[in-house]
Amino acid sequence: MEDGVKKFLYVNRKAPYGTIYALEALEVVLIGAAFDQDVSLAFLDDGVFQLTKAQDTKEIGVKNFSPTFRALGDYEVTKLYVEKESLDERGLTADDLQEITYEDEDDDWAEKPSIIIVSRSEMADVMAGQDVILSF
Amino acid sequence: MATLHTVNKSPFETQALLSCLGHTKAGDTVLLIEDGVYGAVGNTALADAVAGLGGAVTLAVLAPDLKARGIDEGRLMDGVKTVDYAGFVELAAEHDRTQAWL
Repeated sequence: MEDGVKKFLYVNRKAPYGTIYALEALEVVLIGAAFDQDVSLAFLDDGVFQLTKAQDTKEIGVKNFSPTFRALGDYEVTKLYVEKESLDERGLTADDLQEITYEDEDDDWAEKPSIIIVSRSEMADVMAGQDVILSF
Repeated sequence: MATLHTVNKSPFETQALLSCLGHTKAGDTVLLIEDGVYGAVGNTALADAVAGLGGAVTLAVLAPDLKARGIDEGRLMDGVKTVDYAGFVELAAEHDRTQAWL
C-alpha cells in the first residue's frame, strides 16, 4: 500500500430513481476522487439498474445522472465491479449496460472498459480486500 | 482479515440480510441491528435460509433493539450471540472493516 493511500469501495445496492441513495453515492465518489485514494465501485442487487442504457428521466422531473458514470474515468475512478448473479436475476446482461471506458495513462492512453463483471464470490473477495467500505 | 457486517432492515422487508449472507467470508460477523433483529428469530419462514447461509459466520444481535421490540432471547435461532452497545464497539474494533447493508 502506498503511503496514505487506502482502498475505498463504494457499494451500490439500490435502483437509481426511487430513492436518493444512488445519486448521493455518485456525489460522494466524485468528492472522494479528489483525495487520490484507490477507489472502486461495486454494483449488486438493484444497484445494477443504475448502469443500464437509455435512461430518460425528462418526464419524471429528476436529473438523469447515468451519463455521469462515463465521466468517472477522468477522475481516475476506473474499476466498476458489477455482479453477474444480480444481472441474471433481473433478466439483464452486460449488453444492457452503458459502455463505460477510461484512458489508461500507463498504456499510451488506450481506451479500456471500466466495467468488470464478477461472480458473487468474486464480489465477496473484492469486498474483503478493502480498507474502507461505504454503503449506499 | 475479517469483516463486521451490519444489517438494519427486516429480512421480510428487504433482501439486505440474504444478500449480506451471500457475500460473507469465513470468520466474519453479521450483526443485526434496528429492524434487522427480526432476522435472528427462529421458527420463521426465513429462519432456515438465514441459518443455512450463515454457516461459517457468527450471527449477533444488538440486545437493546431486541428488547425494544419485545423479542425474548429464547426466541432467537440457535447460536445467535447477543451484544450490548459496548459489545458493538468491541466487534467494530476486532474486525478489519465494517460494511453496512442498508
